[in-house]
Amino acid sequence: MTADQHEDYSVVPDGHSSRGRLERILRRGEFAITAELNPPDSADPNEVYERGGVFDGWVDGINATDGSGANCHMSSVGICALLTRVGYAPIMQISCRDRNRIAIQGDVLGAAAMGVSNILCLTGDGVQAGDQPGAKPVFDFDCMSLLETIRTMRDEGRFLSGRKITDPPRVFLGAAINPFAPPYDFRPLRLKKKIEAGAQFVQSQYCYDIPMLREYMKRVCDMGLHEKCYILIGVGPLASAKTARWIRSNVPGVHIPDNIISRLEGAENQKQEGKRLCIDLMQEIRDIEGVSGIHVMAYRQEEFVADIVHASGVLKDRRPWKRELNPGDAAAIEFAEREAEKLAAADT
Amino acid sequence: MKKPAAPATAYKPSDTSHVRRQRARYSIRLWSVRRARLFEGVYNALADVFLKLHPIWNTIGYKRVEYPVMLVEKSVKSFLFDCRMCGQCALSDTGMSCPMNCPKQLRNGPCGGVRANGNCEVEPDMPCVWVQAWQGSQRMRASDNILKVQKPVDQSLRNSSAWLRVTAQKAAERDSMSETAQ
Repeated sequence: MTADQHEDYSVVPDGHSSRGRLERILRRGEFAITAELNPPDSADPNEVYERGGVFDGWVDGINATDGSGANCHMSSVGICALLTRVGYAPIMQISCRDRNRIAIQGDVLGAAAMGVSNILCLTGDGVQAGDQPGAKPVFDFDCMSLLETIRTMRDEGRFLSGRKITDPPRVFLGAAINPFAPPYDFRPLRLKKKIEAGAQFVQSQYCYDIPMLREYMKRVCDMGLHEKCYILIGVGPLASAKTARWIRSNVPGVHIPDNIISRLEGAENQKQEGKRLCIDLMQEIRDIEGVSGIHVMAYRQEEFVADIVHASGVLKDRRPWKRELNPGDAAAIEFAEREAEKLAAADT
Repeated sequence: MKKPAAPATAYKPSDTSHVRRQRARYSIRLWSVRRARLFEGVYNALADVFLKLHPIWNTIGYKRVEYPVMLVEKSVKSFLFDCRMCGQCALSDTGMSCPMNCPKQLRNGPCGGVRANGNCEVEPDMPCVWVQAWQGSQRMRASDNILKVQKPVDQSLRNSSAWLRVTAQKAAERDSMSETAQ
């Protein structure tokens, strides 16, 4: 059942900050699913549509990464602008690594004008992690001041300088959390700080350590933070034990405990076991107090996302928005087919 | 602490970030963080002295004393904290660990890339500035200051004296307070 087929997305509902679908789903108390799109190294819009299409009908938001891992790809503004054209709900990621405050505030307005309703504010990986380590690390903002700046733009209708914005960007603001990196006691307080700076939802780093997540969520719930902010926990299928080891030692901030790696190693089909593991994690995460949804990062395994979400059953009987051809499109196709038939008949 | 040996394949500048090139060792900076409570007291005392000297600064002119005071401030803070002279010192709010030494210059807490051993994502042999800041802040009297949301750095204040700016602001506040009291 698609609950929101007849909703009006041209207005901002009372008490909401954006027109977007993701905010409506979360505020309604539904368990939300978001997924990460692997941005193409190409100028072809169809590649974006194809990569977005694999999530169709299974997710409530699609994250468009902003040069993740400091590697150069199509920009998040570009991807989001394309996705909004066909009705998807993109989450635009902004990293502070590449642009200064002037560029970022301009991009926020541009993106909002293109129909982007969700913005995720990130610090960004260091340039050393990517394919162009000689680049200048900008880091003019940090994620906290970025959140605060966009919130000021939205709620007060002003740039950082105080200059007025005639039509403020209606965006739902997000941030990232990583409960699995030190200093562990500071992490929940950092979430509190992000909420104070304007975060309305957060997406976490890959979670492979449920006991650690439970501990973190317990502290978060004790502080009442889960009532002020929607928390989406990140998961992803591991392709093999070898990949898991590589990620553990090469991707900053990803914590994979030994028992996960030995579980993969023990399996006959490691890829299949990786998917199974991801499904098990999702089912466990769903039942933790304070969790509002799941963020699936299936890097280079995007085609499995639908499968994983379906098998986990976390959506229960809800089906997220699905792209449908416009009635006009269907009529046009029918007309073209009829014409082709007529031509074929005339030929014979 | 031994510096990691350079790989046999000779000169590789992209392997070494500006942070590592400028400072090979962090021992003094780490010592200062361990003494965060002491330095908190020292700074508060110094700030009081500076405020008492406000009439003198004012007579000479804040603009004129700026350069010599900045030189003193720079040498003291560079030695103790590896200060980068951002001109808007946040040491009291960051557990006496200078946030400008973070390769991402984060002023509001650690990024998600901190290694399990508490070292930096960008500089594998440097202890994370923010892990240090958290430990330092727990030693200080004003241990909640680390929860303040810091504004983005004003780049136009680089290489100016934060001590004098704070003094001038406090003096102005004090004057306006006494005016309203009257």
